[in-house]
Amino acid sequence: MRRHIISILIENEAGALSRVAGLFSARAYNIESLTVAPTEDPTLSRMTIVTVGTERIIEQIIKQLNKLIDVVKLSDLSEGAHIEREMMLVKVKAATMSQRDDVKRLSDIFRGNIIDVTPSTYTIELTGSATKIDSFIEALAEHKILETVRSGVSGIARGDKILHV
Amino acid sequence: MELSGAEILVRCLKDEGVEFLFGYPGGSVLHIYDALYQQDDIKHILVRHEQAATHAADGYARATGKPGVVLVTSGPGATNAVTGIATAYMDSIPMVVITGQVPSAVIGSDAFQEVDAVGITRPCVKHNFLVKDVTKLAETIKKAFYVASTGRPGPVVIDVPKDITDPAIKVPYHYPDKITMRSYQPTVKGHSGQIKRAVDLVLIAKKPMIYTGGGVVLGNASEELRTFVRHLGYPITTTLMGLGSYPASDEQFIGMLGMHGTYEANMAMHDCDVLIAIGARFDDRVTGKIAEFCPDAQIIHIDIDPSSISKTITVDIPIVGDVATVLQEMNHLLVTGKKQPQKKALEAWWTVINGWRAQQCMSFDRNSDKIKPQAVVELVHEITNGDAYVTSDVGQHQMWAAQYYGFEKPNRWINSGGLGTMGFGLPAAMGVQLAFPDDVVICITGEGSIQMCIQELSTCLQYGLPVKIVALNNRYLGMVRQWQEFFYKERYSHSYMESLPDFVKLAESYGHVGIRIDDPKALRAELERGFAMKDRLVFFDIVTDQTENVYPMIAQGKAHNEMHMSPHSNCELPQSPDRELS
Repeated sequence: MRRHIISILIENEAGALSRVAGLFSARAYNIESLTVAPTEDPTLSRMTIVTVGTERIIEQIIKQLNKLIDVVKLSDLSEGAHIEREMMLVKVKAATMSQRDDVKRLSDIFRGNIIDVTPSTYTIELTGSATKIDSFIEALAEHKILETVRSGVSGIARGDKILHV
Repeated sequence: MELSGAEILVRCLKDEGVEFLFGYPGGSVLHIYDALYQQDDIKHILVRHEQAATHAADGYARATGKPGVVLVTSGPGATNAVTGIATAYMDSIPMVVITGQVPSAVIGSDAFQEVDAVGITRPCVKHNFLVKDVTKLAETIKKAFYVASTGRPGPVVIDVPKDITDPAIKVPYHYPDKITMRSYQPTVKGHSGQIKRAVDLVLIAKKPMIYTGGGVVLGNASEELRTFVRHLGYPITTTLMGLGSYPASDEQFIGMLGMHGTYEANMAMHDCDVLIAIGARFDDRVTGKIAEFCPDAQIIHIDIDPSSISKTITVDIPIVGDVATVLQEMNHLLVTGKKQPQKKALEAWWTVINGWRAQQCMSFDRNSDKIKPQAVVELVHEITNGDAYVTSDVGQHQMWAAQYYGFEKPNRWINSGGLGTMGFGLPAAMGVQLAFPDDVVICITGEGSIQMCIQELSTCLQYGLPVKIVALNNRYLGMVRQWQEFFYKERYSHSYMESLPDFVKLAESYGHVGIRIDDPKALRAELERGFAMKDRLVFFDIVTDQTENVYPMIAQGKAHNEMHMSPHSNCELPQSPDRELS
């Protein structure tokens, strides 16, 4: 079982997302995260799916995705060098001086930005790999996390390799 | 030329060469029906239930190779069609289904007869469309036919809101000759390097086996297959869906394989050293226990759908491409190459196979005082010279039809193999009979299945379709009963058919001929009498032996060499006879 990041260029049509999501549920494939948004070409959407499976299952997932009529191109980023980023917004209780100091320090260590402040909370924006985001949540263990919002993973290949029509 | 959406729709079908439209009117498609009324290029066939419209279009498609076309209304019209769409999807049948939809402005408001047809059908179509703009209608229809009939075929649904077909809104009409889609470009030609490797492996096989499926029928590759098989002299088996793609009477054909396949085909699968899978998808009814599937074989797999390759069984040489094109290339290499098949090894292999054949796994009691269903199918074959189109429903009768009819040509055996849809047979036969009005079309069915779409007897009368219905009436849901006998200690839970109608009177009340046969001695004469009525639908209600089972049988999850054999075969050990023989 290995984690794979699959990047998809898909026709920007109504229902395209449900075709992909439906495929994963109908065939009982795992889906860790899914992000989708239009690209610089408004007729195309770029989707990033993080999934976990054996080589055999991943091979089937890729084949089944390719079989969807709306899918134009796809690539398994995990096959080569790539960059992944995820953004998280996290609201943490920061009421006392020591809580505020500690949360600020942790945020700085992880290169997060505090983007909203109230007398009792800090809201931090953090970008990084999914592992880094997980680590930050772990680091906050002593504090009370009120809310987390994660964008899901976006990924891109390193170097000259591109996914383009 | 400016046309309304309804007129465009009908005109597109005409330009696409559609002969028959199977449908049922309703509120959302009234504009379309009005446009149909004002033309006579396309013949509309009014069914009695939307499920039958899809099965009839499906039967038409399977027999002709052309996409079947369906028109139904929104809501229940669409949901009733779903079973037929799923049936076509599972067997990769080209079909275009037009569903009416409530007007665009009220979509999502739970309007009268509104369902999310695109959402409901998504998992059982090759693709579907919701038309949002009348100027895109013609292009969408072209895309639908293109997607449905190319690559691995399948059903495509076009959901058309009522306002799109508004007669008051006219737009210029243009039907594109060709369409290209950047996101859909099916592979046709196989990889030459892979094909060379495959031919090399084929020629060093000592115990080869050719296993073919519905892809050969769909891909119109029977000629190429015959050349391939005859050149090599190898044994060939086909799946349920592949019957007829290779002539059943040919010496090299060793019968169907799988759960109810022949002893020789299943044993040869188990023992082969090279398996050549052509247009077949390693379905669970074929493979049995995956871990013990062809344990000693290297596997070559030719299929047009990349996702079929290594889905359940990992193969050694995959070739993605159109079966006919790939076989042509392989045949060329075989004919022009210097290497020949392993003659000595092949002779020894045939000796083993002929030993299995001598077990006579298809024997049954020919001296019974009850009518044996197998005997009925054999007789029907004889009376029709093995040249009829045969549709079936699902269950024991389906297996007996598959085992005993002996199909010589492709596109003649029409059954719901993948989804296993009871109720398929009669409406499918209507589609076939419409396409081939002068041919004999038989629906082999059971008293359970036939009642699932019995209302179509009315459609058959309306359009004068002289289908011959051969109902093997054993007063049981026979396949369920058989499993209950084998695996549930004879607890026959709800498999008995009580309160059956008098099928003769039923057929007569629909304006057809009914013939009841319960005496084996009268069987031949009564069948001949019915088949002689060329222009009438005849319903043969044949009272058969209630205890008869389909043999051989591989229980679910068992390997190919673990068959239950008929007590009438020469095989002494009912299970695992493999160890005795090898």
